[in-house]
Amino acid sequence: MDDIILQILNGLDKGSAYALIALGLTLIFGTLGVVNFAHGALFMVGAFCAVTVQRLLGLSHTIIDESQKDFLGNPLKIEVPYVEGWFGPEMGQALISWSVPLAILFAIPVMIILGFVMERGLIKHFYKRPHADQILVTFGLAIVIGEIIKANFGANPIPTPAPAAFSGSLDFGVWLGFAENAIIYPYWRLVYFLFSMVIIAGVFAFLQFTTFGMVVRAGMADRETVGLLGIDIDKRFTLMFGLAAAVAGVAGVMYTPILSPNYNMGMDFLVLSFVVVVVGGMGSLPGAVLAGFLLGILQSFASMNEVKSLLPGIDQIIIYLVAIFILLTRPRGLMGRKGVMEE
Amino acid sequence: MTRTNYSRRGVLKTGGLTATGLAMPTIFTASSASAFTNEPTGSSVKFGFNVPQTGPYAEEGLDELRAQELAVEHLNGIGDGGMLNTFSSKALDGTGILGKQVEFVTGDTQTKSDVARASAQSMIQKDGCIMINGGSSSGVAIAVQGLCQEAGVIFMAGLTHSNDTTGKDRKRNGFRHFFNGYMSGAALGPVLQGAYGTERRAYHLTADYTWGWTQQESIQAVTEAMGWETVQNVLTPVGAGDFSSYIAPVLNSGADVLILNHYGGDMVNSLTQAVQFGLKDKEVNGKNFEIIVPLYSELMAAGAGSNIQGVYGSMNWNWQLPDAGTAAFVRSFGEKYGFPPSGAAHTCYVQTLLYADAVTRAGSFNPCAVVEALEGFEFDGMGNGPVLYRAEDHQCFKDVLVMKGTENPTNQYDTLEIVEVTPRAQVEYAEDHPMFAGGDLGECNPGA
Repeated sequence: MDDIILQILNGLDKGSAYALIALGLTLIFGTLGVVNFAHGALFMVGAFCAVTVQRLLGLSHTIIDESQKDFLGNPLKIEVPYVEGWFGPEMGQALISWSVPLAILFAIPVMIILGFVMERGLIKHFYKRPHADQILVTFGLAIVIGEIIKANFGANPIPTPAPAAFSGSLDFGVWLGFAENAIIYPYWRLVYFLFSMVIIAGVFAFLQFTTFGMVVRAGMADRETVGLLGIDIDKRFTLMFGLAAAVAGVAGVMYTPILSPNYNMGMDFLVLSFVVVVVGGMGSLPGAVLAGFLLGILQSFASMNEVKSLLPGIDQIIIYLVAIFILLTRPRGLMGRKGVMEE
Repeated sequence: MTRTNYSRRGVLKTGGLTATGLAMPTIFTASSASAFTNEPTGSSVKFGFNVPQTGPYAEEGLDELRAQELAVEHLNGIGDGGMLNTFSSKALDGTGILGKQVEFVTGDTQTKSDVARASAQSMIQKDGCIMINGGSSSGVAIAVQGLCQEAGVIFMAGLTHSNDTTGKDRKRNGFRHFFNGYMSGAALGPVLQGAYGTERRAYHLTADYTWGWTQQESIQAVTEAMGWETVQNVLTPVGAGDFSSYIAPVLNSGADVLILNHYGGDMVNSLTQAVQFGLKDKEVNGKNFEIIVPLYSELMAAGAGSNIQGVYGSMNWNWQLPDAGTAAFVRSFGEKYGFPPSGAAHTCYVQTLLYADAVTRAGSFNPCAVVEALEGFEFDGMGNGPVLYRAEDHQCFKDVLVMKGTENPTNQYDTLEIVEVTPRAQVEYAEDHPMFAGGDLGECNPGA
């Protein structure tokens, strides 16, 4: 029983990331009708926003320590962060330690602008082109973004730790009456799950309870009619692209303590997130969220030793097996809308 | 009156055909003068540096490229000469190789065997490379080694730690300077026993390919021989990213040691996540829970940050070694690039010089002459003390380093400390050792 609870917990944070990326993908597909293969790259750019903030806060001046030598035998150069000079060593270190949550404030405007530039500069030219063209151009864009990040940050994963206050793990099992160490769960993963819940609730509330959201939903259902009412739906859809980019970006920011960011991390999530969208149902926001958590948890279960010993390699293919099963039994996905991608 | 059937045109035709016929042997002789693949004929010779520039081992690959470029500079007489000044063989004098300047082309293996083979093939067929150097990841190295054997060029394997590279998959045209899984186990065993005792329960997470399998087998053999119990070995996919599903069950398994048979980005992620799960702070079976990373690199240590502190592992070479060869290389590399070289960089640098030296001593670029010059070659002055390239399996034997993550680093390069330099004799093994069985070097292939 404790193993099952453990894998459900493990699936939650992975599912949270899938759900957040799939939510953005669905928003873009539902509004603009574009299959955006660059969405994983936006998740990765978000993660590198956290790296950037960490580096900005770590900007240093050099002092020479004559008593120590560097690897070439020269006097050692020691980097002292400016923030330590401005706010004192303790406060300076605390700021650097909290660079990941602080990066959210940096990532939101950066991602909205990036999303806006992507949509206006490139993707809008492909609205009337076949989905294959859209996939090719956005996939190419993802590769370009990845290479730019690699050229500036290198190919190695960059450690981006969580604030010291959230290091360590929660002994969840003791709460539930199990033995000590039976079910442990890192604090930051709990934070990530709660954070994703807030973001998902925020997006749904925005679409459900604001006039802007109402117009967007109406546009998703019948773009032409909304246009005939004199509403500039294209402008709103462009803003939705920016919003989807921001959701992917903040998801990437908060994921960095779980997975040290590297230029290729977007690709790893992209394919899985597309499967999530298909399983959830193209164009269905609740479907994307439901499928994200479902597949995240199933993937965790498939990684259990007991399951792998029965079905070797199942952890690598479980998501695709589920996708095949869902598409055979429910061709529109779990919560797919009629008429979407059926022309 | 006699009429002749000879016409001027007929004589010319016949003469032309006869001349062509007589010239045929000469044409074939000229063709067969190229006695081996890509025999250099001009004033230069070309090397192929085939390393991962993208993928999970990309950072190692880029450092290998830096070192290879430096080696070419030193061979061509540019710079301070680096290890040429300390190398016990004095055949090289900084004027190229056998009077030819060294050039190079680079390729991206992407840490994928099929891509690496295609890249090496292009280097041999299109660019005319006489030697291929590099190949991070044992899967890649074994694939490219096989290709070089078929093509008739020399392969100097790079960052490959699987026992199989010079075990069951050894080839006459291939050599390995790097150490292997068996040697890591032999070096780490006594240190682990001293640090953690003889009653431990180990849980292995292992990269699911040739390197992971052979390293795990080697470490398990050593730890079980000193009394440790192996609780479980779980194979994990390369590039999994999130290892939490594999790490979460560890504490509940009764294990008190986690051995991460991962490398590169995978090791950075699995170690970071293991620390996040609080494993290093836990107490199990009345003992502190410990994590071991059998194969270390400086780049991985930098990527893992503070998570590496106090964690044991092994290395082929480290820039902190006190010998003259290491100092010369670190100075050259550090002054050119501004940071110390990694172990991967050292391996590829040394291999480039060793190949050039073998050609010079043999007096020929013929791969079979180079093989003969390298087989059983003993030298010094390249770091790690006296070194042997064993003729029977083309494995290099030298001292091995046991490392530990620095507890209180004083600067950004202070990530690992040398715990012990394990003498070569302790890591040597018989060429027919069961972990290396089933291989056959075969015959040298000069190609052409």
